[in-house]
Amino acid sequence: MNTAVTSSTTVSRRLVTLPDLSRWPVWGTPLAGLIVAYGLVPWLASDYWFDAILTPFLALSLAAVGLNLLTGYAGQLSLGSAAFMAVGAFAAYNFNLRVPGLPLLVSVVLAGLVATLVGVAFGLPSLRLRGFYLAVSTLAAQFFVQWALTKFGWFSNDNASGVIDAPRLVVAGLAFDTPVLRYVFALSIVSVLTALVWRLVHTPTGHHFIAIRDNELAARVTGVPVLRTKLLAFAISSFVIGVAGVLWGFVYLRTVEPAGFNLDRSFQILFIIIIGGLATIRGAFLGAALIVVFPLLLSRLGQFLFGAWFDSGVLDLSQRIVLGLAIVGFLIAEPQGLVALWTRIQARIQRLLARRTQAPARALP
Amino acid sequence: MSSVPSTPERPLQAAGPVLELQGIDLSFGGIHALHGIDLSVAAGEIRAIIGPNGAGKSSLVNVISGLYRPSRGQVWLGGQPYAHVPTARLAQLGVARTFQNLALFRGLSVRDNIALGRVEHTRSTVAEQLLGIGRARREWVDARERAAEVIDFFGLGEIQQRLAGTLSYGQQKRVELARALVARPQLLLLDEPLAGMTVSEKGHMAQLIRAARDRWGTTIVLIEHDIGIVLGLSDRVAVLDYGRKIADGTPAEVSADPAVIDAYLGVAHEGDEPDVPASELPLAEAA
Amino acid sequence: MEAFDFSFFVEVLIGGLLSGVMYSLVAIGFVLIYKTSGVLNFAQGAQLLFAALTFVSLTERGVPIVLALLITFVVMLLLGLLIERAVLRPLVNQPPITLFMATLGLSYVIEGVAQLLWGTQVHELKLGIADEPLEFAGVLVSSFDLFAAGTAAVMVALLSAFFRYTHIGLGFRAVADDTFAALAVGLRLPRIWAAVWAAAGVIALVAGLLWGARLGVQFSLSLVVLKALPVLVLGGFDSILGAIVGGLIVGALEKLAEVYLGPFVGGGIEGWFAYVAALAFLLVKPGGLFGQRLVERA
Repeated sequence: MNTAVTSSTTVSRRLVTLPDLSRWPVWGTPLAGLIVAYGLVPWLASDYWFDAILTPFLALSLAAVGLNLLTGYAGQLSLGSAAFMAVGAFAAYNFNLRVPGLPLLVSVVLAGLVATLVGVAFGLPSLRLRGFYLAVSTLAAQFFVQWALTKFGWFSNDNASGVIDAPRLVVAGLAFDTPVLRYVFALSIVSVLTALVWRLVHTPTGHHFIAIRDNELAARVTGVPVLRTKLLAFAISSFVIGVAGVLWGFVYLRTVEPAGFNLDRSFQILFIIIIGGLATIRGAFLGAALIVVFPLLLSRLGQFLFGAWFDSGVLDLSQRIVLGLAIVGFLIAEPQGLVALWTRIQARIQRLLARRTQAPARALP
Repeated sequence: MSSVPSTPERPLQAAGPVLELQGIDLSFGGIHALHGIDLSVAAGEIRAIIGPNGAGKSSLVNVISGLYRPSRGQVWLGGQPYAHVPTARLAQLGVARTFQNLALFRGLSVRDNIALGRVEHTRSTVAEQLLGIGRARREWVDARERAAEVIDFFGLGEIQQRLAGTLSYGQQKRVELARALVARPQLLLLDEPLAGMTVSEKGHMAQLIRAARDRWGTTIVLIEHDIGIVLGLSDRVAVLDYGRKIADGTPAEVSADPAVIDAYLGVAHEGDEPDVPASELPLAEAA
Repeated sequence: MEAFDFSFFVEVLIGGLLSGVMYSLVAIGFVLIYKTSGVLNFAQGAQLLFAALTFVSLTERGVPIVLALLITFVVMLLLGLLIERAVLRPLVNQPPITLFMATLGLSYVIEGVAQLLWGTQVHELKLGIADEPLEFAGVLVSSFDLFAAGTAAVMVALLSAFFRYTHIGLGFRAVADDTFAALAVGLRLPRIWAAVWAAAGVIALVAGLLWGARLGVQFSLSLVVLKALPVLVLGGFDSILGAIVGGLIVGALEKLAEVYLGPFVGGGIEGWFAYVAALAFLLVKPGGLFGQRLVERA
């Protein structure tokens, strides 16, 4: 930046040299996000925000990251995400309960592995085929898992009401007992797994996922081991979703029950990745943020516009309608989802900044 | 372009054809697409398969690449007979192919598309890839180098970072060919590699095909409609009509063969569209 | 061990078959749309619910049954056309997954609107058909089930005849077989698709009324459609005969499993049995009983 030259011009303005923000590195946004998430939010947000907005946001984002791996990158449609979340939550609960002295994090990992096994069991028959067969398989998983978890009291430790309390979150002697600490716990797990998934997508295996999605036949002909790769996508996706389920039950709800992991929840995760942007990591977070915040906004807006008539029943229905319209709208108008909007805004800002930092040079005679 | 041919991955068979078809018959859905096709392709040659629309050319390539199972006959690849070529093992067998309707991975960049052609050589596990260590690192470097070589050869350097889905048709065709070649296949099947291109693009592509054969010694089998270019490009030509082979020989022999001329010109076949402009009739070409 | 009660078995079987016919009807709605446009219409269930709710709300307000039927018929027709025009046409070149997800979103909208308009309480749907147990050779059969099955069977027969013998029906089949050829012959695709979606709307109406009368008109009605998916897996996504046979099999298997296997695991297996059965079936016959063979084309 040539500030020295301008001092001799008739335009005697003090120029502020901005850093060259026209080239924003790929890791820029995630790093900024992490800084904000770890450094700012714990000090600024209220307990309500942690418990009601941020922790569900984190859990849903992770589930969306997992589903995106399978559906967005590998192109395999799954309608049973909530079932795998449930498997994760209940498995973690049971490991923690029945294996004395098992560290919490180990329970979480084991729970993810159980979710993987269940996922592979249901997915295997359909992964050899194309079309909607996987959708039907995953629906089978959804209904079966919910039924099994409700029917067999063993999963809930034979608790009379079928609803169990989540255990305390203690890692290496540190208890994550307050809303802030629970948020940090969830944040850490989500960050680690998201980083892993992001890395995976940039490896040859990740490229195989995309190849299978874009042209399975060509992938097979080129030598990509199709079945194995699909299974891998399914396995890893189920693991991540299972851990998300643990977060949902242990950190957010603080209870674990089958009812919250129903078909609507599965659709919710799918909607998140559609709205957020298929085959993007950021999309999972953008979509989850919208989905979490949206009912609150709608409720405020509805009450403002319609008063008392806009009760919780009407809220539910209007949520359904607006969500459905949003899905259809995004699919028609912006299939890349919110990420595309975000990228456009980013690009516009970059152009603006580039022009600003170069404008002084052009003003010279 | 280097004129020193580098040797292919697997040493060429000293004798014996790279590909041989014996008595291939193909029927499906009431259509008898191929009748008793015999074909042999010698190492390092450029072999064209031509014929009017509906002659069965695409079906033949699909049989060779295992997408169709012939009702009779055998496909010999690398000295081994197959009643049904295992498509999933094509790369292992040293066979690569392109598709008529373009089979690029639109969500990957040009470079990643091409590098994927090396998948057959991937031995590393997901964990190794995630950490970027050991085999994964070596394979990554190797794939990049091979891809760079081919990208350079095809002049795709400037667009290598672009998403494949954003390229022009001609560029996509070249990328697909590059991806097929990066694996240094012994046998390359090209399904209408010149389709939809302008005249100059076709000439350029034909040059690339020949140069690829010269450089890497790959045996090439291609189907094409544009007879003019094909006769100039190929070492030997087989002509199909209504699922039967009606001629087989050098371009000169074939273009003088009355049966071939009949097939394209003379007797009106039902449902045939005259797709050969008069200027490109075999007669007009001096081989 | 008590002796195997054969007449009870037959009762359960027949009950299952009868409900199976109704599954078939819903499945045919799916096949219709899938065959002609490659879209798996998840919104079929919502359309069902919408039809039932509209009809019931009209009759509850004193509208005579025949008039209510007519009005509902017109509404469903319009709804079907609206869906085709506003949602499907803009997405016409997208991959099947996208279209499926669009119908998913659509189902949310339709369900929400239906309940917003007509309320969320459960309604009883009276079609004027008594539900009495009839006895045939010692076997008890519900008269309503019989009526429902009969109606569904008539619809199926009418649809099959429609496809075979009418102009538009032939057009449907042409489009389903080879869209480009149909275009080449001069068939106007938008018209055909509009007609297809209108027909699906009508099927939703009949099925909605039948299921509504059986289960009561409530939100869970839209989940009935999900049962049609295992039917499609069994019968092949693009075969009407498959939908019929598949529906019968699913209906029968479900009931039998609930009665004979249910007690061992605490009951309630009707919710998922059809799916798991379909999964197991996929292992053996991936294309479905009557589906077109999966021919890999380059």
